[in-house]
Amino acid sequence: MSIIARNVTKRFGAFTALDDVTIEVATGSLTALLGPSGSGKSTLLRVIAGLDTPDTGTVEIGGSDATRLPPQRRDVGFVFQHYAPFKHMTVARNVAFGLSIRKRPKAEIRGRVQELLELVHLEKFADRYPAQLSGGQRQRMALARALAVEPRVLLLDEPFGALDAQVRKELRIWLRRLHDDLHVTTVIVTHDQEEAMEVADEVVVMSDGTVAQVGAPQDIYDNPVNDWVMTFLGPVTNLKGALIRPHDLVLSADSTAESIPATVVGVTRLGFETRIALTYEGQELWAQVTSEVADQLGLAPGSTVYVRHRGPVMQVTS
Amino acid sequence: MAETPTAARWSIRVVVLGYLLVLLVLPLALVVRRTFAHGISPVFDALTTSAAAHAFQITATVAGVAVVANTIFGVGVALLLVRHRFPGRRLLDAVIDLPVAVSPVVVGLALTLIYGSREPIGGWLTRNGLQIIFSLPGMVLATIFVGMPLVVRAVAPVLEEIGDEQEQAAYTLGASAWQTFRRITLPSIRGALAYGVVLALARSLGEYGAVAVVSGRIVGQTQTITLFVEERFDNFDQSAAYSAAFALAVVAVLSLVIARRIRPAGGTA
Amino acid sequence: MVRRRQWGAPLGLGLALIYLSLIVLIPLGAVVWKSQSGGFSEFWNSLTSAQSWAALKLTIYSSLIVAAINLVMGTLIAWVLVRDRFPGAGIVDVLIDLPFALPTIVAGLVLLALYGPNSPVHVNIAYAKIGVVAALLFVTLPFVVRTVQPVLAELDTEMEEAAASLGASQWATARRIILPNLLPAMLAGTALAFARAVSEFGSTVLISGNLPFKTEVAAVNIFNQIETDNTLGAAALSTALLVIALVVMLLLEVVRRWVARHG
Repeated sequence: MSIIARNVTKRFGAFTALDDVTIEVATGSLTALLGPSGSGKSTLLRVIAGLDTPDTGTVEIGGSDATRLPPQRRDVGFVFQHYAPFKHMTVARNVAFGLSIRKRPKAEIRGRVQELLELVHLEKFADRYPAQLSGGQRQRMALARALAVEPRVLLLDEPFGALDAQVRKELRIWLRRLHDDLHVTTVIVTHDQEEAMEVADEVVVMSDGTVAQVGAPQDIYDNPVNDWVMTFLGPVTNLKGALIRPHDLVLSADSTAESIPATVVGVTRLGFETRIALTYEGQELWAQVTSEVADQLGLAPGSTVYVRHRGPVMQVTS
Repeated sequence: MAETPTAARWSIRVVVLGYLLVLLVLPLALVVRRTFAHGISPVFDALTTSAAAHAFQITATVAGVAVVANTIFGVGVALLLVRHRFPGRRLLDAVIDLPVAVSPVVVGLALTLIYGSREPIGGWLTRNGLQIIFSLPGMVLATIFVGMPLVVRAVAPVLEEIGDEQEQAAYTLGASAWQTFRRITLPSIRGALAYGVVLALARSLGEYGAVAVVSGRIVGQTQTITLFVEERFDNFDQSAAYSAAFALAVVAVLSLVIARRIRPAGGTA
Repeated sequence: MVRRRQWGAPLGLGLALIYLSLIVLIPLGAVVWKSQSGGFSEFWNSLTSAQSWAALKLTIYSSLIVAAINLVMGTLIAWVLVRDRFPGAGIVDVLIDLPFALPTIVAGLVLLALYGPNSPVHVNIAYAKIGVVAALLFVTLPFVVRTVQPVLAELDTEMEEAAASLGASQWATARRIILPNLLPAMLAGTALAFARAVSEFGSTVLISGNLPFKTEVAAVNIFNQIETDNTLGAAALSTALLVIALVVMLLLEVVRRWVARHG
């Protein structure tokens, strides 16, 4: 089921959350809406779900116009950042909820719930209450609950935002695998660019209620459309007035063509990578190299090292 | 955002507002109208008779003493419950709420059975010059009884929330218990305390049943304003009854508004 | 640090206990003591004497009716206060507490004025059982509202949105999501309303006319027995009321514990 949101505008009082936004989500893809707080990504997701109504614009799901439909009739699965568990129901009853609303026969519900709980590895917790689960378990329950009714699309609003870093990374991988198995059109909202890059087929970068750039993760990382996108998507540093990726800087002990002599200010070793703070003609910049390379160069604060850019220098207009 | 469908929303709104209109608003509006049916001066006259003046005076005295007593008790017990652990703490906590569950006439009966002139304790006290029942002290006791939990319940949650770190800091800086209480604890619960006092005051001014039993309702001597209302009404002096009732209603509304203003955030409603 | 205050707390506790005992505990004990001072048979005879028994029955029945009405109306009022926005909602919110603040005798006068013999709207429910119910409804108005309101305000609207996204209609959501979460607060408020209604005195005195066997509530019966020096009878009925209050408080505690476990 594809999703098309066209010319969507949404204001909350004086604040414009979405300004004439148009996006297309291909069937079966996993698309990330990526952006900082206030970029409008959550609002867009909620508009697609029908939880908020846009001031202008349309929403199409699977080719048919869903703009006037309430959330009950859009057949979308929605997973909230704080899981929105039904606190007064057990895990099993939570997952069964959508099916019981649709008045499916009890045996069918039981079977489906069991299937889903096994899918998310919560079989042993069927009779527990959400309060007794950890954050990661609650999130898996929320996912199972949304998937139970076999929605046409799955929408996740910062699903891992409230979890610890380690749990977040694990669930990220698990979600990607789940998507590869189930092939449900999925849209995930996140402010974490690492998450978007790792998990999504396509990334929609949003800022201040508009779409800044759309593309596959590697594409937009390598070819950002402006300075802001480049800065948001990954580490940046400044070389002779141009924005550069620190890991695109090559350091050598001897001068080479196009290299500049920079002075080492500090060396920070972080496991696999080493970060080197430099100054050149009064300007500060930094480079990311593997610790192996750093060790070979034997850098110390005060020494000179020759720096050049790995590829063609970006000339971007902000 | 889950929006209730308009039809449902309007029907609930109508039912609720209708209920409140019939039960709350109309009766009040009518009392105001009846009170001032003949203008302001009859009201003024009714409230400045000697009996009325005495009633105001007695009410003020009884309520004043009761509120002061319950405030001291309230702050003390709140401190005990929140800052200390002792066997029976939970029992004390439960007992504090007891007065709320007791019918006012039962309060009056209870006090009469102990402090009445014909009882052992009461009799001894009367013979030695302190008459409690059918006199002001008894009325004070009754008013203390009914208002007992109010200051405690207003102050305790705030004490809990603030925590005792500031007090501990004061101790490490050399302050004595009393100094700490006066300069650290008391200022920090000022809002909650004021709130509790307003509630206690409103309650004390408005008490009827317990005081009716305990006071003997002697006009001019042990008659509070609430008793005055009833007595005047019984004697077909509707003007005085409504006037006094109106005065009490004004006090009630004022105390509500003030209490709402000073209610500490997250405190008891 | 602890040593400095070692004498303070026990002294305070002792004083508090003396204060409590002198004013609350011992007098209440005296009521119970008096009620059985002639043995259980005297207690029972007094309690079940025609007039007292009628008063007790009337009180309990009316209080149950009032509690049931409050269960529904109180929840609806809380709903409107929390979920509905209309001009004047703030004033209504403050007014709800009026029955708490208004002296009961004034409440009685107020109701009598509008719904008594001189009623301008020609509704006369004085001297009838329904007058008692009206008085009790007035004084118990805030209870369910004020226990439900904070719970409703804190309710996670995301739960309702989740239910909607899963296909639940507004009505299904209200029934299966909102109501179960409100139920403990609703019950707590209803219990409090019941306990208050059972003890009520001042507001019923005027509108009911206190006709024995017809509109005389338990508290008024106790009052009359005190006035006519029938202290044992008064104590017996008082003890019955205290027992009812105790049972209600225990039920409340059970509800509170249940909520804490499933919260």
